[in-house]
Amino acid sequence: MQIRPILAALRRHRLATLLIAMEIALACAVLCNACFLVVQRWKLIQINSGVDESALAVLTVNGFDPSQAADLNARMLTGLRTIPGMQSVTLINQVPFGTQAGAAGISHDPGSFKNTIGVVDFVLGGPGTYQALGLKLVEGRLPQADDYRPATNFAPPDAQVLVSRALADHAWPGESPLGKDFWCDKLHFRVMGVVDHLARAHPHDWGTQATEWTVFTPTLPGGSLAGTYLLRADPHDLPRVLHNARDAVAKIAPDVVLDQENSQTVSDLRTTYFESDRIMINLLLGVIVTLLGVTALGIVGLASFWVQQRRRQIGIRRAIGATRGDILRYFQIENFLIVSGGIVLGMALAFGLNLLLMQHYELPRLPVHYLPIGALTLWGLGQLAVLGPALRAAAVPPVVATRSV
Amino acid sequence: MFGYYLDLALRSLRRNKALTVLMVLAIALGIGASMTTLTVLHVLSGDPLPGRSDTLYYPQIDPRDDSGQMPGEEPPEQVTLIDGLNLLHAKRADRQALMTGGYVPVQSDSAVVDPFYVEARFTTADFFPMFGAPFRYGRGWNAFDDETRARDVVINGELNGRLFGGADSVGRTLRIADTRFRIVGVLDDWAPNPHFYDLNTGSFGRTEQVFVPLQTAMGLKLERHGSNDCWGKGAGGVGRIYPGESCVWLQFWVQLDSAAKVAAYEQFLVHYSQEQKALGRFVRPPNVRLRNVMQWLAHEKVVPDDVRLQTGLAFGFLLVCLVNTIGLMLAKFMRRAADLGVRRALGASKRSLFAQLLVESGVVGIVGGVGGLLLAGLGLWAVRQRPSSYAALAHLDGSMLLVTFALALGSTLVAGMLPAWRACQVPPALQLKSN
Repeated sequence: MQIRPILAALRRHRLATLLIAMEIALACAVLCNACFLVVQRWKLIQINSGVDESALAVLTVNGFDPSQAADLNARMLTGLRTIPGMQSVTLINQVPFGTQAGAAGISHDPGSFKNTIGVVDFVLGGPGTYQALGLKLVEGRLPQADDYRPATNFAPPDAQVLVSRALADHAWPGESPLGKDFWCDKLHFRVMGVVDHLARAHPHDWGTQATEWTVFTPTLPGGSLAGTYLLRADPHDLPRVLHNARDAVAKIAPDVVLDQENSQTVSDLRTTYFESDRIMINLLLGVIVTLLGVTALGIVGLASFWVQQRRRQIGIRRAIGATRGDILRYFQIENFLIVSGGIVLGMALAFGLNLLLMQHYELPRLPVHYLPIGALTLWGLGQLAVLGPALRAAAVPPVVATRSV
Repeated sequence: MFGYYLDLALRSLRRNKALTVLMVLAIALGIGASMTTLTVLHVLSGDPLPGRSDTLYYPQIDPRDDSGQMPGEEPPEQVTLIDGLNLLHAKRADRQALMTGGYVPVQSDSAVVDPFYVEARFTTADFFPMFGAPFRYGRGWNAFDDETRARDVVINGELNGRLFGGADSVGRTLRIADTRFRIVGVLDDWAPNPHFYDLNTGSFGRTEQVFVPLQTAMGLKLERHGSNDCWGKGAGGVGRIYPGESCVWLQFWVQLDSAAKVAAYEQFLVHYSQEQKALGRFVRPPNVRLRNVMQWLAHEKVVPDDVRLQTGLAFGFLLVCLVNTIGLMLAKFMRRAADLGVRRALGASKRSLFAQLLVESGVVGIVGGVGGLLLAGLGLWAVRQRPSSYAALAHLDGSMLLVTFALALGSTLVAGMLPAWRACQVPPALQLKSN
């Protein structure tokens, strides 16, 4: 099949050709970027929190005087531990996907913010919290009894801590983080170990790089570590245990108020936290599917028009010896050429759109492999859309050539 | 002539139903998606206090120490207690109010209902007249009550309904954290969106149920709810008591009725900063900002990024739909080249053919617009089912209705123009000859 006669024919239908190519180009640009956004969101939703989500719940109470913190903790721990099925009750200040309690900027130097590392989440945990969370140690050592220090401010003034691997890689790239010091203003911290994963309370708010910049700080209960409890139970038992625990608060501490919103299983918190991202993904997928549908229907419409317009010419070609396959291939190749033109333009547009998005949103550059995938999709779509009209063209009988209309 | 064109258009559209449906559907989908997202954007970027917002200003000054100072840096987004009170007492603006958010347990005097927590605002007296908060019963307190730490409280209609069944509760008692307060006013339904005067407690769909004089609340150590930003000695002052001296945690708003007063107030802020520096409280050179409500909202970027992204996406989609429609119309008009040739040969001018074809695309636009409106209604309904804070606000108003039709009709007419022009270029003789 020769391409030149096809090009010659297209030159006579410049406007229509241009329109299809433009539609393909726009579709290509939107498609590549929308798919990229979907993948980005999907990655975010799939974040590994590093904790045993299905076995954990958080229970928060407020409305107590700071001076009663120690007494309240003692009553709550004892009271909640008597609930059947409860594996452990420990103190924590925040859990992944819950309310953020302690985000603060840290730096390599004391007292100044010149040599900064970034803003991290301080996860304060009482004795047993590390084990309850189910964190995985990859380097260093676990907190011992004397590592737990009292915190009057938002963190202990001088503490041995565990950092997430993501934070260690960011703060000390290529070095062992063990024994390294860092400061939050005048509070001093030394790294004693590294955990595989530990997500911050609001991973989405801090950009894709910083979703796991967390510092697990062993802290003695009391002071600022009070009122928020980490419950652990068998995943099947957890909803009932949490329900019982919520009811028990009224008896254990009638003077405090249960914070309904912040007393949930970690799995539920996760679902709620990512709700808007899931909606965005569905929306983007909806747009992608509709866009492909509209584009395909547009191609079908124009191709049908061309077939009808060229019935006579097709008949003549058939009469002078072209096979049905020749006619079919003619329309397929024609479509392939137009779509290819559109894709070339579309790739430029896709990168332009990506640059625009990068300026306004925190979004990385569009990876190059999206382009061949987008191109293949559009080629496939074009071929699929043109098949119907092309088959109809191939079915035109040679006798049409002899008719005058 | 228009009637005749309309008749021709309808006949032509009926002749090829599949193509017509396809065009209408493409337009409807594009318009529906665009209008849904545009309405959400419109609602979120709206003026919280129309007619008032351009006289309300949010002064910012920079009391921080010199660590981490960067050139061109914005001053903090809130004020310290000392600066807030100084600026309040200076009374250089037409009205001024100092405030912060709170979270307090309330109970009616009868104590039949268990105490429950509500969002509160601790503020000085000018809050109500300055923001034009409407009262159903009673009124706000005055500056004298502020200074004497009067145990006065204003509640909103929702709380009044919950505790007093909606009756006039002025003069009755409300217990806040076990302290008796006298209700002096009940607000009508009032919830400015965005919640511009304190964006830290959520930008949309938030409203306080209880308003307490700031100094009274502080005297009683009522629980605060909001953001604080500290430096130097105050760093790490997170807890249930109030933030320290080197922390910003209050919002200060002023009303300035003329441009001259705005300029004078900005000058005053600079002088104040210089004075405080001379006293040794401030370290940095004067760094002040004075933004009105809309400038402040734009600066704080209250419209969620996702909403902008969705709007952009929807308009990209509309563009594809329009290009698609142009292509389909071209096919449709060119297919009727013979008809058009006959009309030309019978004496119709190119112009009248063009008008005839535009009427046809206009019909597609109007039908597509109606379809788009239905889809937008459906889309907004879906938005309202979402858990986001602004969900309940997503409604189509009169102006957006007009925009929908203008967009649908305008875009299809523009889309019809190119194919119509192309179809008019067909030489009539050629079409007549081939038959």
